[in-house]
Amino acid sequence: MTMLKQAKFFWTSIVLAVIFAVVMQFLINGGSLNQFYVNTLFFIGINIILAVSLHLIIGITGQFSIGHAGFLAVGAYASAIMTMKLSLPFPVALLVGGVAAAVAGLIIGIPSLRLKGDYLAIATLGFGEIVRIVFLNIDYVGGASGMTVSHFTTWPWLIGCVILTIVVIANFTNSTHGRACISIRENEIAADAMGINTTYYKVTAFAIGAFFAGIAGALYAHNFYIIQPTNFGFLKSFDILIFVVLGGLGSMSGAVIAAILLTIISTYLSSYPEVRMVIYSLVLIVMMLFRPQGLLGTKEITSFFKVGKAAKGGVKHDNKNPVA
Amino acid sequence: MELIQQLVNGISLGSIYALIALGYTMVYGIVKLINFAHGDVFMVGAFIGFYSITILDLGFFPALLISMVACAIFGVLIERIAYKPLRNATRIAALITAIGVSLFIEYGTIYIRGAQPEAYPDGIVPLKTLEIFGVKISGQSILILGTSLILMILLQFIVHKTKIGKAMRAVSHDMDAARLMGINVNNTISATFAIGSALAGAAGVVFGVYYTKIEPLMGIIPGLKAFVAAVLGGIGIIPGAMTGGLLLGVIESLVSAAGYSLWRDGVAFVVLILILIFKPAGLFGKNIREKV
Amino acid sequence: MTTKTQLLKVENVGIRFGGLKAVSDVNLELNQGELVGLIGPNGAGKTTFFNLLTGVYVPTEGTISLTGEKLNGSAPYKITKKGISRTFQNIRLFSDLSVLDNVKVAYHSLAKHSMVSSIFRLPAHFAGEKEMEEKAIDFLKIFKLENVMHEKAKNLPYGQQRRLEIARALAAGPKLLLLDEPAAGMNPQETEELMNLIALIREKFSLTILLIEHDMGLVMGVCERIYVLDHGQLIADGTPEQIRNNPKVIEAYLGEEVS
Repeated sequence: MTMLKQAKFFWTSIVLAVIFAVVMQFLINGGSLNQFYVNTLFFIGINIILAVSLHLIIGITGQFSIGHAGFLAVGAYASAIMTMKLSLPFPVALLVGGVAAAVAGLIIGIPSLRLKGDYLAIATLGFGEIVRIVFLNIDYVGGASGMTVSHFTTWPWLIGCVILTIVVIANFTNSTHGRACISIRENEIAADAMGINTTYYKVTAFAIGAFFAGIAGALYAHNFYIIQPTNFGFLKSFDILIFVVLGGLGSMSGAVIAAILLTIISTYLSSYPEVRMVIYSLVLIVMMLFRPQGLLGTKEITSFFKVGKAAKGGVKHDNKNPVA
Repeated sequence: MELIQQLVNGISLGSIYALIALGYTMVYGIVKLINFAHGDVFMVGAFIGFYSITILDLGFFPALLISMVACAIFGVLIERIAYKPLRNATRIAALITAIGVSLFIEYGTIYIRGAQPEAYPDGIVPLKTLEIFGVKISGQSILILGTSLILMILLQFIVHKTKIGKAMRAVSHDMDAARLMGINVNNTISATFAIGSALAGAAGVVFGVYYTKIEPLMGIIPGLKAFVAAVLGGIGIIPGAMTGGLLLGVIESLVSAAGYSLWRDGVAFVVLILILIFKPAGLFGKNIREKV
Repeated sequence: MTTKTQLLKVENVGIRFGGLKAVSDVNLELNQGELVGLIGPNGAGKTTFFNLLTGVYVPTEGTISLTGEKLNGSAPYKITKKGISRTFQNIRLFSDLSVLDNVKVAYHSLAKHSMVSSIFRLPAHFAGEKEMEEKAIDFLKIFKLENVMHEKAKNLPYGQQRRLEIARALAAGPKLLLLDEPAAGMNPQETEELMNLIALIREKFSLTILLIEHDMGLVMGVCERIYVLDHGQLIADGTPEQIRNNPKVIEAYLGEEVS
């Protein structure tokens, strides 16, 4: 795809997204969507942000991070403190949530540089748990009973953040910086040898991924009225990991689709939590056994619209394609 | 004396961690997989022991044996169905599958029998409390320590003095070479899972006797901690798992005794982070360099 | 080439892994524009030496200097920026990236557009990306890889993959190029094409090349000088003629054909 086509695709997507956003706003205001659907919609939005942010860390940069709920927690609590304890406006809280989580991302990213694969996975799992236990033991934020948080997350904020997350991460990916991260994923030693400052990009990926998880955390905290440490355990981290893996490691549109589908399935089965988990786990196992590359592998959804082009001249799809 | 008391508690707890950690470390050593479902085998072992004692009206040792055998079989089943097909897949695929199996066992159990806990009956073990130098050691502690010790000695014997043990060590070292030498790699791997799972099952029964309460999600936290213990000692190294388990149990008990009991679960993870930063190969481990 | 300017100076370099001296007391000099070979039996430490030059390993003794600047302890990516680039014994391409993207990655360190400009799609981003694209395509044309530029690197046949690795290494703009067994797995015809390619790039890019190879025909044919390593130490250096007849070299190879 030429750069001009990329730009056209990009702006068309933005226009469509805005139309969608406005339509949904009317539906919500008009009350034609009952609360259940609205809740599900908000859940989907938050999960998309989480999935895309983790996708940057694992799917693009190849850093096996399974403590993402920790960043979610930091964002949630940091933003809640801003609104509930310091009476600051929601936009400030949102930003603080993101920045606080980004700082956590830096703290986790830097020691992680020396660790690879499984070791990195456990370390990030450990960090996620430490964050949860820390909040569990701080009375200022309510300890085990958690914190009540006023409802500030409205549809415009939610969809705005979702679009922002997707655009930022897509733009990052489709640039030399994204390629640098992908090169780290593909072959870190070669990336080093080709002049990529792998340290810088690994830490950056963690920081950006954590930032958006923090934003999701702020949206989450101000949507569900109460946050508790139990919401942010490794089961939550696994949930997010599953979005990214089932969608296809390396595919942002895959992560988005998986987040949407799985959230919907999850909400419909929420009255039968054990059944939901049993089915969930079976789907996971079966997927890994029979289609480990997930739904889309490393492709983006745009590659399915290029059937004609792909037939001639062997123009294979690559990561140059933009926003899903 | 309070300190010694805590040390005894720590070693008892640590023995349980060690038994579970052994399974993690052996499996990782041989197929480089973090078997997330291992903690749940521990849970299943606890329940099988419970049902053996209450429904089948058996004593401690028969229940222990049944649990170990059942868990061994269970472990092999999991391996053959879920892990073997993924032996050449990416590490992340294997890890996700292990997570899936873990969730499946946990919530499958809840689905079948509900989430309510059970309590091991009292008096399985005659409660002879020993007193040495003013330190009270309960009959249960002695049981845990004794059982763990015997099992670990047994394991060392198997690993170093039997043919299957030699095969296990060979396959951990170099799977392809072992295969070329005529070792049945698949059976060796299954045997490793069997032994590791049996130990986890034993740990489950022992846990039930000592701590009484068991429930379907009981394997998660001890499982994670036992994994940390394995990493602490050096993942893939058997004496490492034993040492790591005991050490972690002791550290945890001391932290709890020092008054920070709310943080005791965090101890394991802090230990984990420290080890991964300062000596990722673990106490007994060697640094393996990637060939450039 | 009138006067010989020294490019690389390696003095008494060695590295110890635990108790094992993988490389010890190696002295080597490369002058601008030379094509020098590094040979030795398997396990002699040749790739380890490359790893020392590129910063993957830090020497435990000795110094490595490029145009007078000491390189010891610098991070690999910094050494690449200073002008040393390499290929690998076992191909290390970015498999899932396209051929074009593989080359673009090598240009990354020269890119001037920042992360911010990419995220917000500022003009600097488009200008920078366009420049990278043009340079990369031009580059691929030199290596006759432009017709597969959108193929994923993993889909290329072996010979093309090796060529791509060299192209990528060159895209990083080095003064010194280290080639680690570039002819491995090639048939005689491919090897000859490789020899021509090496001669071509050497002239076109004013390169200095250090070449590890087992194919003696290639080495003796193109290299002006040859260093011989055995058990981590330098046992001989000189012209191909000198090396061919050196008894220590023949002994080291223990019956392997040296010419």
